[in-house]
Amino acid sequence: MPHYLLENQSRREDPNARNSRVESIVSAANLCTAPSSRCGRKHCCCHGCNRRLGRVVSLATFQLHPLLRSLDSSMDQMEQSLFRPEYQISTVTPLTPILLWKILGGGFSLGSLVMVMEDTEAPHHMLLLRNFMSQGLVHNQPLLYASPSREPRAFLGTLPNPILSKDDKSREHDIEQEKGLRIAWQYRKYFGEHQQNFEGQKDGKPEYCNDFDLRKPLERHFLSGQHIDCISLQGSQNLATFRDCCSAFLAQLPRFDGNITSAGRITIQSFCAPQCEYSNMEWEMLSFIRSLKSMVRSSNTVALITFPPSLVSPSIAKRWQHLADTLLSVRAIPDEDKELANLLTGYQDMVGLLNVHKVARLNTQVPVILEATTFSMKLKKRRSLVLECLNQAPIDGSSGSSYGTSGSCSGSSKTGRLDF
Amino acid sequence: MDRSLNLLDEALGLDNGDSNPSETRLLLLIEDCVETSAYFVLHHLIKRSLSPHSSALVVFVAFAQPFSHYDRILRKMGCNLVVQRDNKRFLFLDMLTLECPGEPQMEMVKKLAKVDFLICMEKSRKLWRLEPGASLVMIDDISLMEVAANGSSNHVLDFLHYCQTLTTEFGCSLVFLNHKDIYSSMERPTLILQMEYLAEVIIRAEPLATGLAADVHGQLTVMNKGICDGPRTLQTKMCNFHFRIKENCVEYFYPGSRT
Repeated sequence: MPHYLLENQSRREDPNARNSRVESIVSAANLCTAPSSRCGRKHCCCHGCNRRLGRVVSLATFQLHPLLRSLDSSMDQMEQSLFRPEYQISTVTPLTPILLWKILGGGFSLGSLVMVMEDTEAPHHMLLLRNFMSQGLVHNQPLLYASPSREPRAFLGTLPNPILSKDDKSREHDIEQEKGLRIAWQYRKYFGEHQQNFEGQKDGKPEYCNDFDLRKPLERHFLSGQHIDCISLQGSQNLATFRDCCSAFLAQLPRFDGNITSAGRITIQSFCAPQCEYSNMEWEMLSFIRSLKSMVRSSNTVALITFPPSLVSPSIAKRWQHLADTLLSVRAIPDEDKELANLLTGYQDMVGLLNVHKVARLNTQVPVILEATTFSMKLKKRRSLVLECLNQAPIDGSSGSSYGTSGSCSGSSKTGRLDF
Repeated sequence: MDRSLNLLDEALGLDNGDSNPSETRLLLLIEDCVETSAYFVLHHLIKRSLSPHSSALVVFVAFAQPFSHYDRILRKMGCNLVVQRDNKRFLFLDMLTLECPGEPQMEMVKKLAKVDFLICMEKSRKLWRLEPGASLVMIDDISLMEVAANGSSNHVLDFLHYCQTLTTEFGCSLVFLNHKDIYSSMERPTLILQMEYLAEVIIRAEPLATGLAADVHGQLTVMNKGICDGPRTLQTKMCNFHFRIKENCVEYFYPGSRT
């Protein structure tokens, strides 16, 4: 994957690679980087940019009306005022947490194969893995967990506990506190507030448990009396026995029994890890994934496989990606990257980036086009994993024109909206 | 028919509905990548071949998806695959769920090919009194066939050559789907090179260089090697257009032709 390549290059402190990585992240986040002359509303094909345009223009218009009345309403002055820093700040979009199942269009499709490409130098995939497993166990879903470790069952002790509804009060309290900070970020807060209220009141029912406290281990009663299979991949010389285990597990969860609560989860951690004896048998692994995919497709199950793509040859890694119904990748971000820190809002809180490459399209031919494909992974209060859209940091007026992109978008489009 | 649908058909040289079937006999290779899949071209060709105006027979070798997947998609497009399957006009060989421990799956593909392909095609042809050249063999997809053959691309090539003899012997068309990006990092990608050499028409689906948008899902490049443009002149025709996939159809349009 290009992102992986760029990541590896940047670790060697190559300034060019770092610049291109910044570009790639910005472009992946659908933030428009085109200069104002090229990024007109008509020519900008970036959907995220268009969305922002609407919001930016409306805010700018609201703010500009009194200003314009007092000034000579010539177009030049309008342009100047639009480029003032306080209006550029309004281009920041709400920083509300996004849930992975919402990104994927309502959750993981039953019968789909989800693959997560790991960052070989960071354990970020484990965050997704733990949340995925905990969510299943909390909702009494059978689980099959396979890992290259000798004692896979020990991993169950590290699963996070769900955050109960009473903890929501503390979250609301935080929001109240943050409301006090109505300085430069006020628009973002207003948007965040509205959006959260909207989400919370939807249906008036408690939603599927998505929030997990990484500091608290999963309560014992979730683990006892449940159907949990743990398999160590380390000892097995070939994948035939593992395939039989998966097939036995899936046999309990037939697809068409009409009982949707019996959905199961298969989780395979670091499938091609070098400690597994089959790790040099690339075609056997592919064959296993293919047969797992066909088995999962005809059952009420979601399979999640994480794998380090750099451990298999590039062409085999591409084959894996093609086999996946939903393809995600995670990457760590370096602690001190000043350029990224300047570019992205909330960089200090980020632990990594999540890329959505492909979303499952079972029984349909229409591709899912996401507004943004890169999301930042943050640990809220060091305990729960949240995903957020990447946001460009506000630009101070004195900085160069290279990052003044959102301002330029509004500038180029404003002639259409501000018709005096 | 929707005019926008015809852009792909025109590029394939299939626009003339009443042409001699032997002229439309071709080996068609569809190439795609992780970012942009080209399954919709397969669906389009199935629908076209099974339309009431056509009398073609379709043999579909599926390694990628189960029958229900194709059935639901084609149903939205106005084509009932179950009925066509019952009428023996659509032969579906499900290689996805076919598991045979101890025997390489490629052997089964060969067996299937020899037994099912020919017998079914002959039977169906007699049943439907089809003209030679009115059948279509589709394989979805070749990269998974390689997996079934345990990575032996020679086996796959043998099979493809065998399929090619069908085109001359029985006068049917072949449609193969493969993923181009798998082979981009290989030093000698024999399989894809040979397929591209054999193919008369290559359809390549790629994402837009500017990134995906909600109203443009990607671009198609159609390279038609054997266009007869007047007497005894052959030329390669290249077409490039954008597409937008919908549930019941795909819109094709030239870049910049939409506001």
